Amino acid sequence: MSWHEKSLTELSSALSAKEISSVELTQFFLGRIAKFKGLNAYLDVQEEFSLRDALVADQKIARGEAGPLTGIPVAHKDVFVTKDWKSTAASKMLESYLSPYDARVVELLGGSGAGMVCLGKTNMDEFAMGSSNENSAYGPALNPWNTNYVSGGSSGGSAVAVAAGLTPIATGTDTGGSIRQPAAFCGITGIKPTYGSVSRYGMIAYASSLDQAGPMGKSAKDCALILNAISGHDPRDSTSLRKDAIDYQALLGKPWSNGSLPLQGLRIGVPEEYFAQGLQEEVREAVQAALKKFEELGATCISVSLPKTKLSIPVYYVLAPAEASSNLSRYDGVRYGYRAKEYKDLNQMYERSRSEGFGAEVKRRILIGSYVLSQGYYDAYYLQAQKIRRIIAEDFQTAFTQCDVLMGPVAPQVAWKVGEKSKDPVEMYLEDIYTLSPNLAGLPAMSIPCGMSQQGLPIGLQVIGNYFSEAKMLQVADQFQQNSSWHLLAPSSAGAQI
Amino acid sequence: MNIEEINHLAKLSGLELDPHQTKQVSMELENILSLVAELQSVDTTGVEPLFHPIAVIEPLSQALRMDIVSEDNNRINNMLSAPISHEGLYLVPKVIE
Repeated sequence: MSWHEKSLTELSSALSAKEISSVELTQFFLGRIAKFKGLNAYLDVQEEFSLRDALVADQKIARGEAGPLTGIPVAHKDVFVTKDWKSTAASKMLESYLSPYDARVVELLGGSGAGMVCLGKTNMDEFAMGSSNENSAYGPALNPWNTNYVSGGSSGGSAVAVAAGLTPIATGTDTGGSIRQPAAFCGITGIKPTYGSVSRYGMIAYASSLDQAGPMGKSAKDCALILNAISGHDPRDSTSLRKDAIDYQALLGKPWSNGSLPLQGLRIGVPEEYFAQGLQEEVREAVQAALKKFEELGATCISVSLPKTKLSIPVYYVLAPAEASSNLSRYDGVRYGYRAKEYKDLNQMYERSRSEGFGAEVKRRILIGSYVLSQGYYDAYYLQAQKIRRIIAEDFQTAFTQCDVLMGPVAPQVAWKVGEKSKDPVEMYLEDIYTLSPNLAGLPAMSIPCGMSQQGLPIGLQVIGNYFSEAKMLQVADQFQQNSSWHLLAPSSAGAQI
Repeated sequence: MNIEEINHLAKLSGLELDPHQTKQVSMELENILSLVAELQSVDTTGVEPLFHPIAVIEPLSQALRMDIVSEDNNRINNMLSAPISHEGLYLVPKVIE
């Protein structure tokens, strides 16, 4: 087994047994990143900084001060600011931006925290707005299973990097599905925890009441390890929750109950709206086969209803743009970021800098956001959307009186061809139907691989849990992965040149 | 959405659109607005808006800290990415004649 196929636990054991040093491991991954540059997974790689951090990790290991993640490489979505790597959020607006500080997530995983080695910054949709990575100002990250297809978005680069073995694990953020959908499209595991679990400090803001960071990796186990390292209260994020630390690994490998089967007693709610018209047949079959597997492991499936599922699209596409229009007003070409070359006065400088610095989708969302917040429309759009948001969140609570977790598809279809949907923004928005509601409600949700389409593209199963039930979700996902092999498939095994 | 409305919206958004873009954007915004028009079909009488998702399960209070300086003076580093600066000041076009 090559280094890029190993789990975090295996890499940790290899590092502590001195089978490989962190410097060698880092060089190995930097080599793969260079070799598969064509996938466009990374936006910035700085070998000397990665190797510098790896050397420090090796010294820690030698002194016997290593933790379970020390010396293991990680890639960060370019939405997290970093001192040593450029932080662009895949926008021309921030093409030369260097942050004076590291995001909390970067800090917690890096040298002053868990001791992981940053390999670089991964590609994404500009300011995390998009579902295919095609909104990146630096070109899309391509799906390693078939490079004619999109990787998903917005955390497409992170998903590609993990799936193609260009990093053992990556960070992502999820505002409306941006961890789960690219994880599904690229055949990896990703989890968005409960809103407020992971600090947003240093995470370039898109829609602050929805944005949440999480890990993207090869398995539920690997994700649990990272979630333990990045979650917790941070006074520098006003929406960070004041909660006692959760041990996300606590239930891994444990049976659900005292029954004879590992998941005996687990009640899985299957929302009927997630299987309505528009769901691709292959996706339906793969998700149903996964549910059958869960039943074999002892779980019971119960049909439940989330009646406002369809409305999550209009609610999200009012609220997220509203918050974005406010958050992105900071880009004025004065203190940092792009400034237009020609202007006749201050106002024109603002307007030209923003018009030239932002891409089309970002501008669309800013305009929509300004519209729904403007006088005369605020009540009808913004306030009405916030009210329906409460109904959506309460519908989930009703569903959770009948079940322990919810399961369904991540997306209505597998990855589409590059360019296929980029002409019509609304067509792309409709693809987010199954992932938006958990963000609106602030619930934890994850994606695990559960099948392959006939064309050889991965299919994802979505697991949605109640607030703070991540340890249980990871337990359930891990039991599935212990008893299936979809998460072990890699593009190379399917014949792709990876 | 007519041209005046789009231009007003662009003004509010701090964006400059050329005539060609205005037409394109007008069409796209129309499509998005017809997508979100469905919101009006829901009766939300008596429903409180939800601004922070966790407020569904527990009351939240505004996070406040003591009003004391928490950051060091980091002026040089903070200004490194300024498009144009001069002796520790940001330069902008003249605003007062």
